[in-house]
Amino acid sequence: MSDSAKDLHSEYMVINMGPSHPVTHGTVKFLLTLEGETIIDMKVDIGFLHRGFEKMCENGTWEQVMPYTDRLNYVSPLINNVGYALAVEKLVGIDVPERCKYIRVIASELSRISDHYTNIAAGAMEVGGFTAFLYFVEARELVWDLIEMLCGARVTSNYVRIGGVKSDLPDGFKDKTRDVFKKCRKLWADVNKLLTKNRIFIDRVRNVGIMPPDEAIAWGFTGPCLRACGIPYDVRKFHPYLVYDQMDFEVPVGEKGDNFDRYLVRMEEINQSMRIVEQALEKIPSGPINVNMPEYRWQSKEDISTRIESLIFHFKTVTEGIKPPPGEIYSAVEGANGELGFYLVSDGSGKPYKCRVRPPCFPLTAAMPKMVKGGFIADIVPTFDMINMIGGECDR
Amino acid sequence: MIDTLKRKGGCSSCGGVDDDSRLLGGSVILTKLEAINNWGRKYSFFQYPFVTACCGMEFMSVCGPKYDLDRFGAALPRFSPRQADLLMVVGTISHKQAPILVKVYNQMAEPKWVFAFGVCAVSGGFYDNYATVQGIDTLIPVDIYVPGCPPRPEMVIDGLIKLQQKVMESRWSDYPKGASPVSNDK
Amino acid sequence: MEANITINKLKARFAESIVDAHSYRGDDTAIVKKEELLDIFIFLRDDKELLYNFMMDLTVVDYLGKEPRFEVVYHLYSLAYNRRVRIKTRVSESECSVDSIVSIWPSANWFEREAFDLYGIVFKGHPNLSRILLYDSFQGHPLRKDYPIKKRQPQIGPNNN
Repeated sequence: MSDSAKDLHSEYMVINMGPSHPVTHGTVKFLLTLEGETIIDMKVDIGFLHRGFEKMCENGTWEQVMPYTDRLNYVSPLINNVGYALAVEKLVGIDVPERCKYIRVIASELSRISDHYTNIAAGAMEVGGFTAFLYFVEARELVWDLIEMLCGARVTSNYVRIGGVKSDLPDGFKDKTRDVFKKCRKLWADVNKLLTKNRIFIDRVRNVGIMPPDEAIAWGFTGPCLRACGIPYDVRKFHPYLVYDQMDFEVPVGEKGDNFDRYLVRMEEINQSMRIVEQALEKIPSGPINVNMPEYRWQSKEDISTRIESLIFHFKTVTEGIKPPPGEIYSAVEGANGELGFYLVSDGSGKPYKCRVRPPCFPLTAAMPKMVKGGFIADIVPTFDMINMIGGECDR
Repeated sequence: MIDTLKRKGGCSSCGGVDDDSRLLGGSVILTKLEAINNWGRKYSFFQYPFVTACCGMEFMSVCGPKYDLDRFGAALPRFSPRQADLLMVVGTISHKQAPILVKVYNQMAEPKWVFAFGVCAVSGGFYDNYATVQGIDTLIPVDIYVPGCPPRPEMVIDGLIKLQQKVMESRWSDYPKGASPVSNDK
Repeated sequence: MEANITINKLKARFAESIVDAHSYRGDDTAIVKKEELLDIFIFLRDDKELLYNFMMDLTVVDYLGKEPRFEVVYHLYSLAYNRRVRIKTRVSESECSVDSIVSIWPSANWFEREAFDLYGIVFKGHPNLSRILLYDSFQGHPLRKDYPIKKRQPQIGPNNN
């Protein structure tokens, strides 16, 4: 250091990044201590979207929780629906019919595809790749058309029910899916060409936000971010639920655990999810979609209108809610961001005594300072994108 | 364009627009300064997306290729409130978030409008609990309410067109609206 | 029995610290005394036949009216053996604190802050135990069963309780 540099008056600069900042989608605040552009220290402040999820659940019936789960990870609401329904079914001891399991797999994977589209679209846009954003938003619209066909809503679906699903697959769903996937694959190929070998994109994401595998485990990483470190942990493979054990799909893993690997893992997972949907649509058996347990799942409207027992059960489940036996369970599904766990406690009444969600992006966001310390302030943007922090899920 | 201006700003007391236009051969448009000002404003909203929650997903779609808010002159997001005139409040506002929203509103220059996007911004939605503000109109004045959880893009576009009509009918005496009725200062 | 290896090993090693254990719906659960919590967790993480390297979840359940009132619930996962276990410890309202496990799993850091924020459990030895989801001026802990759902504490604006 030259003498003149020593004489310069210099001290760390502390700045607020957020809470309302273009890259902090799903408001979050970073309190940065900087030396020039280098990050010396970082504090993450979350909770700007804390909406009292658990308190609302404890004050509603078991079935009224379902719409709130939509709004946890609002990019992939169907996976949350499935996760919650599976948790309550584990608590009660329900095994849903085979057709229902296939429909749930299709719904989850469509949701996962749209989640990864959104993540990569937003991530690309924030490092300057606006075309990729437009292409993937278009692809997402196509997938949302399918989801809308399935459950009538674009974003917040509220499709799955405890012991079944709201309605069967609509007519022509298989053909429509084939058409949509054909277009989506073309858009995927375009984005792949635009980003994967793009020097500017690679310079922004390669070797940025590295997390070594052992530390990733200690920090509680799951999902694409853990797989990018080379650890093939996927709940769908390790604890197969529904009919994932009958599906042929691969779990992509990365090598270095940097942002580029996270991007590549997500890109490949889109393809694998499409494979799963196609297989499920081929293999799906016919049969009932709801479990025949009137004390837990409503009978059909026709039964309710013509049979007195069905009407009584309907009245009781609507007014008092279903009543799982007292006990506690933890059930996990593979969310788009990682392991989405539900820890439920029942006291035998119509309301959940405790409905806890294990949000996958909560520990990921907690590790943000670890990942960016020592890097440049511009590295925050791709790192924050690729951990895919979703406010509804992180803050609940 | 000329039709809109004639209808909104046509000066009937001085003989009517049609006569004057004929006289001047269509090369001059007579209108009120206020009308042409409003007309310019309504097709060039500079929005500040205050995106907090689920509605942000639909907001991405509205700005995306299929629905394309650019057709209505409101595409360009400004990420500084000082450069924006339309505050899009997209999603739930919690009590932790509320002071920030008010601060952002107060930083915006006049004239400014507020767009409550989604039912949580409108009324708190189904989050009636300790954490959530029961509608942003308890904090800042709102011009357009678009309900829905989240609203479909068609609804958002409809809301934007209604806001454009509102802007077209506004008077200079409506501004400035002033600071928010609640204050950050304790 | 293979499924209960964790519980059996825990009982063999910490006989007097294990208050209760069950496997309801296949979820292995041990309720332990809070005094030996840290030793138990280090044992679970480092034992060659257990290797619980993931601290998946940490939460609190408020059993209002019972004594002790709170249960702190930990969910652990072992990648090597693909096993899960739930460890619970009971905390009374008057002495509402447990040892922090941040030194064992860094992922516990935010989970413990959240539990402190929403339930008021104090984690001894935590590096930065402060509110995380709510703001500093918030009074009380909203997920306790005796906190009314609509008791609002706005920082700004009208208080429409």
